[in-house]
Amino acid sequence: MDDWAQLSDDALVTRLQRAAFSYLLEYANADTGLVADTSRRGSPCSIAVVGFALSCYPIAVQNGWLSRADGAARTLKVLRFLSRSTQSDAPDATGYKGFYYHFLDMQTGRRVWQCELSLIDTALLIAGVLVAGSYFDGGNEENEIRELADALYRRVDWHWAQAGASGLSQGWKPECGFLHYGWEGYNEATILYVLGLGSPTFPLAPSGYVTWGLTYQWENLLGHDVLYSGPLFTHLFSHAWIDFRGIRDAFMREKSSDYFENTKSAVAIHREYGERNPYCFRAYSRNFWGVTAGDGPANVEIREDGRDRRFFGYMSRGVPYGPDDGTIAPWAMLATLPFTTEAALAGTRSLLDTYPQVCIQDRFSSGFNPTLQSRTGGWLSEGWYGLDQGLLVMMIENHRTGLIWEIMRRCGPIRDGLRNAGFEGGWL
Amino acid sequence: MQRIMPNAAVEDEKTFLRRVRPQHWKSPVPRSSYDLLIVGGGPAGLAAAESAARLGFSVALVERNRLGGNSLNVGSVPSKALIRTAHVCSTIRGAEDFGALAPGEVALDFSKVMARMRRILTRISAYNSVDDLTTLGVDIFFGDARFESTDALVVGSTRLRFEKALIATGARPKTPDIPGLEQTGYRTSATIFEMETPPKRLAVIGGGPLGCELAQAFCRLGAHVTIVQDEPKFLPREERDAAEILSRSMARDGVEIRLNTAVVGARREGGDKILETVDSGVKNDVHADEIVLCVGRAANVEGLDLEIAGVSFEAVQGIKVDDFLCSSNPRVYAAGDVCGELKFTNAAQTSARIAVRNALVDARQRYDDTLTPWCTFCDPEIAHIGLHVWEARRQSIPIKSFTVMMHDVDRAITEGEDTGFVKIHTAEGTDRILGATIVASRASELINEMAVIMNAGIGMEALAEMVHTYPAQSEAIMLAAQAYRYSTSSRFNAR
Repeated sequence: MDDWAQLSDDALVTRLQRAAFSYLLEYANADTGLVADTSRRGSPCSIAVVGFALSCYPIAVQNGWLSRADGAARTLKVLRFLSRSTQSDAPDATGYKGFYYHFLDMQTGRRVWQCELSLIDTALLIAGVLVAGSYFDGGNEENEIRELADALYRRVDWHWAQAGASGLSQGWKPECGFLHYGWEGYNEATILYVLGLGSPTFPLAPSGYVTWGLTYQWENLLGHDVLYSGPLFTHLFSHAWIDFRGIRDAFMREKSSDYFENTKSAVAIHREYGERNPYCFRAYSRNFWGVTAGDGPANVEIREDGRDRRFFGYMSRGVPYGPDDGTIAPWAMLATLPFTTEAALAGTRSLLDTYPQVCIQDRFSSGFNPTLQSRTGGWLSEGWYGLDQGLLVMMIENHRTGLIWEIMRRCGPIRDGLRNAGFEGGWL
Repeated sequence: MQRIMPNAAVEDEKTFLRRVRPQHWKSPVPRSSYDLLIVGGGPAGLAAAESAARLGFSVALVERNRLGGNSLNVGSVPSKALIRTAHVCSTIRGAEDFGALAPGEVALDFSKVMARMRRILTRISAYNSVDDLTTLGVDIFFGDARFESTDALVVGSTRLRFEKALIATGARPKTPDIPGLEQTGYRTSATIFEMETPPKRLAVIGGGPLGCELAQAFCRLGAHVTIVQDEPKFLPREERDAAEILSRSMARDGVEIRLNTAVVGARREGGDKILETVDSGVKNDVHADEIVLCVGRAANVEGLDLEIAGVSFEAVQGIKVDDFLCSSNPRVYAAGDVCGELKFTNAAQTSARIAVRNALVDARQRYDDTLTPWCTFCDPEIAHIGLHVWEARRQSIPIKSFTVMMHDVDRAITEGEDTGFVKIHTAEGTDRILGATIVASRASELINEMAVIMNAGIGMEALAEMVHTYPAQSEAIMLAAQAYRYSTSSRFNAR
């Protein structure tokens, strides 16, 4: 497809959004409703992708890509599966204490790869569950959607996940208990804390959010004031569900800012970094940015222009402290549409114009690195990742109609969680 | 040249010992009582002895082993000598980046590396020697000391009475309780520099400053190094971005990094020393020729009979002192690693000088290590002074950091040393500097500018006006201050 340049901004964005959404249909299991982490053969399900899919079905219904009945049926299928799958401390269960393992077998729903019971990925899943429970407000099947959504949320034992400490671990494994990794510094975990704090059954202690906030760093970086976090996705994930415009917690009140404005600053830093291009990566500019978590060229080392270049596989990349190996996520610029519309469109158009290979079948690849040259003009991640597609669908919709933000503004657990985290003002 | 090296080495060793532990030392006849009796001849003890003697007080110093303590004998000095050689190796390997073509692979003569290290120790020992102290009038006694009462101790058969005493016995490497480790064999920072040949494979347990320094240095000297750290990041005392930059730097050097990994056992198989590790429930083995422990330090309080002296202490943390470095016995003070949280040479020396003034001239000066800079001497170096952001936030102090990346500093770019940053932490809404973190090839030097600035009470406004040489890496400090100025002026403009 090479006619992007002829499309209006709205037509281009709509086309890309619909193509991204089609991933969630194409890679969903017909029996379980689980959605594959990637389009690669044999990929397991990522529970976070399921959360994005649940959030995107209402978008598809609103846009006429799915009938309401189809959207409800798909939603119900996965909610029933989640509800009935095994919750225990067995190493091959689907989840434990209401949380879910990060990766599941697409057919059976059993844990794969000895992965962790993931707090953040469960939060992204549950956020999607709550979107479903809020959006499908009709009778018949939609009654069951609401009941299951409520039950799934109430079942999560957020308090257990605090493990007697103030902050949260990043996960748990039956083999070793809670992981040592905690949440240090601002990142995508706001949605996790908000959901945990809003729970009517097993809430997090509010001190957990306060403790996390103590690790925040307010910096003047590349000329911009920002609550720092390096990877771009950390400034986007929680925003896919929550409209942070005008609502402030204690930290943002102190800084006279909000998290929405903060993401705008983060984008400005990413663009400025792209322009400065300190490590002389190919293509970096004010219109070529988007350093974030995603696929990468794997562990390759080359020597180029008198310097060693070291590349990484799937990892969380960040700006300006790194790691940065010249890989960007081609979807990332467009995902900032609600925050910095002009920059998002300028960057996306420039990317599509210069490197059209990053968008096969109108879907963005997870990673692209033009510094590592190949016959196709740079290293390109194979296929697609569900997280990227789901986030893009939601961010574009929030920009165009504010649908998910509107749904979640009315969602009790979100409102309670935000208030318990100390947010106030604006729509809250 | 080859033939005279051994003799030169022997001479160096003789000179070194003559300065730090003369072979046939004859203890002086003790005075009836000393104004200050110092136990321990490391950085704290030596600083205290010189300070007190120059003030005109009678001073005795008791040292169990050699003057200079860990810092000179097995710590800062030898490690920096080794790190310098490692840096040279790394520079040669990267010479092509600068258009300078090295003739081939770097070959290492480890005996020369160690000989250079011993020469350096000998040179530096001149500034901490027995002769220097005795010239100042300090009575030196070699041997184990133990308190006999609240105002006396014995060294061998010699009884020494004191008006005031200063305990400066330092600390030693901690040894974790790992099943099989004793039988497998290991080295610590106290024994690593005794090696005659470098290990082909080295396993480092512990990712604190010393563990990281040794891991990177031995890797650059050609060893295959695996570093095992039970925390999810290196340098738990430092901020995450700094630790992660170092982690990537070590990985680039070729260090095999095992973070979040516990060592649960050790064993020998054939010639291999094997560490049994667990990472998130997954078991692994690390094979090595040598294991080095770098898991922190424990205060040297054993054998002193501190209970008899009425001095309270804890086994690992050491002697309990008040803000004035006085112990539970008002006659007895402590300084350095035996009581301090910051176990660094500069902190030991500073605390010792303060303890001397408080003990002998009623100075009532509080010891506050907030403005004591420290550095981890990896490449890049990581240095810090003052408050960390999280410390300020815990104290409810609004804080804002002004950051300049080294890759935006002209001199760092020209030098090819553009990894890192300068971060200056300020009390938000003011130009008051609360702390600074520097990651740079010479962070250990740059941080001293921040030490001067902070001690002088200079704020960001004035710092922005200070003309620096151009180009210089320290320009990053000025640029951070200028970022502060731009930030405040744009705010005014917005209004």
